[in-house]
Amino acid sequence: MKKNKSYWGINVTVISVLLVIWFLISLGFGIIFSDAMDSYRLGGFKLGFWFAQQGSIIGFVIIIFLYAGIMNRVDKKFSKKDK
Amino acid sequence: MSTQLLTYLFVGGTFLLYIGIAIWSKASSTNDFYVAGKGVHPVANGMATAADWMSAASFLSMAGLIAFMGRDGSVYLMGWTGGYVLLALLLAPYLRKFGQYTVPDFIGARYYSNLARLVAVICLIVISFTYIAGQMRGVGIVFSRFLEVEINTGVIIGMGIVFFYAVLGGMKGITYTQVAQYCVLIFAYLVPAIFISILMTNNPNPIFGFGDTLVGSSEYLLDKLDRVSTDLGFGAYTEFQRSKIDIFCITAALMAGTAGLPHVIVRFFTVPKISDARKSAGYALLFIAILYLTAPAVASFARLNLIDSIQDKTYQETPDWFKNWESIGLIAWQDKNLDGKITYASGDAFIPQKPQYVSREEANEPRPLTNKPNSNSSNEVYIDRDIVVLANPEIAGLPGWVIALIAAGGLAAALSTAAGLLLVISAAISHDLMKKILRPKITEKEELFFARLAAAVAIVIAGLFGIYPPAFVAQVVALAFGLAAATIFPVLVLGIFTKSVSKEGAIAGMLSGLIFTLGYILWFKFISPELNSASFWLMGISPEGIGILGAGINFLIAILISNISKKPPTEITQLVESLREPL
Repeated sequence: MKKNKSYWGINVTVISVLLVIWFLISLGFGIIFSDAMDSYRLGGFKLGFWFAQQGSIIGFVIIIFLYAGIMNRVDKKFSKKDK
Repeated sequence: MSTQLLTYLFVGGTFLLYIGIAIWSKASSTNDFYVAGKGVHPVANGMATAADWMSAASFLSMAGLIAFMGRDGSVYLMGWTGGYVLLALLLAPYLRKFGQYTVPDFIGARYYSNLARLVAVICLIVISFTYIAGQMRGVGIVFSRFLEVEINTGVIIGMGIVFFYAVLGGMKGITYTQVAQYCVLIFAYLVPAIFISILMTNNPNPIFGFGDTLVGSSEYLLDKLDRVSTDLGFGAYTEFQRSKIDIFCITAALMAGTAGLPHVIVRFFTVPKISDARKSAGYALLFIAILYLTAPAVASFARLNLIDSIQDKTYQETPDWFKNWESIGLIAWQDKNLDGKITYASGDAFIPQKPQYVSREEANEPRPLTNKPNSNSSNEVYIDRDIVVLANPEIAGLPGWVIALIAAGGLAAALSTAAGLLLVISAAISHDLMKKILRPKITEKEELFFARLAAAVAIVIAGLFGIYPPAFVAQVVALAFGLAAATIFPVLVLGIFTKSVSKEGAIAGMLSGLIFTLGYILWFKFISPELNSASFWLMGISPEGIGILGAGINFLIAILISNISKKPPTEITQLVESLREPL
């Protein structure tokens, strides 16, 4: 029982951290802080505009693969303890 | 070879391919029919999910919407991809672990109530039919413009194809045809984008070409677009036009709605392992991102090209595509200032907004209109937003086979999504309604028969939507996402992440989210559309974005009611525990 709680605890922590990043790169950089972000440029893009149209999407893909990778490791660790 | 012949060849060839795959992967059990025997490789599932998700709206309409909305169009880009993060982190692994066939299955079991299951079935059917209506319009447009057949004939052909592989193959047939459809649609989307990117910026990668300088100039493409659109009285392309709170809410509602769409969730029931469900969501989004990163580039290229090729031209000087699209009623011009030249500017050209033609035009003359000129705007042209992607290769003067490719790609996008939706509807009816609620004693064989029957009936209804398109398709799309965000998404998250939410809480939550969101959208879109403007909206949130508030209400009510109602039985606590256990 205790073991499962800590597995679930790690999972919830990982999810929370990743969701904060998720929020920041899309709703944060793309919308809420867009004016401040727009004062920087990335080549032909204003930075806030880039996050809203491309950067956030690239970030989303990375977040999902990060989560899958981290949880696979956590899964392995916990299944070893079983044996 | 003529473009016409090439189009028949490409479309016919891809259709044959889909039918061949369907015969090869026929379903023989309910397990095959609902979840493809849970044996789909995560990469294949990712591709199928991407094709399932990218509908006629993504393929045909999205770049057009962004071209006309500029930065505001980001709501679709972020909203329709960000939802996958919620799906992968909060829902997919646990629903796969639960191991049943449908979304109402989970809601019915976790909330130990057939009433909760029924509410979920109703939400699911409303959402799915709304969506299918949009797909059928896409099929109709492609057929009428490129194959020069009647829209009705086009819809019937499309329905026949879907009927064949959805009814026969179920989820298994659909999954493998969707893999093929993904390849067709992404190739068809990228080829013209690459050509246009080279033409405009000399950069063969449209994803980066979008941020590059224009050929023969040191001006950045986006800077020129800002300058030109400001000159014509539109706002700057790279600035928000709507209020930030509205943009925020629409994006969030689309994200939560995406994660709550049943036909997307059910895809994660088809992979062999739970770890595959997590990975598969990543592949799905990667495949989707290829199109979604290209779409804003296509939008900006198209907008600039469009302005350059019609502004201050006489009707005779306009390129062929202008006349072609005019003849099928998606472009119209009214020479309001009588200078013989086209003026393109901000605002509606005439009242009503959609063109009403008098009769067939004479050759080489603009089609006369009965619309009243709108004196508040100097704009003289009506351009339907749905044509941007289809017309883009013609606008850029690309060869015929590229145009033929787009037609095949658009059909692949529309058909793959329609098939996925039909399957969700048929599973909800045969499995949730018949097997779990009305007639629990039916055998697997009978259930499979009901599933095929329900799919067949749903195809006929969807076909009727295509032939007699309801005038409110565009309005109800907001409804589909708003409802998914306000009903299904919150109860799924609560069902996994809390043990205390009870059936009373979940039902009250879903119903309050449903009534609030539905009421708000109906009020502004149908009952008093004249009040549909920012000053009357609740906290400045448009009907498109209200679903996120509905979701908040759902969460709040579900938790409050659960606190005062009876606790869920211990089996349910154990069920939730088991969902959370490591593999």
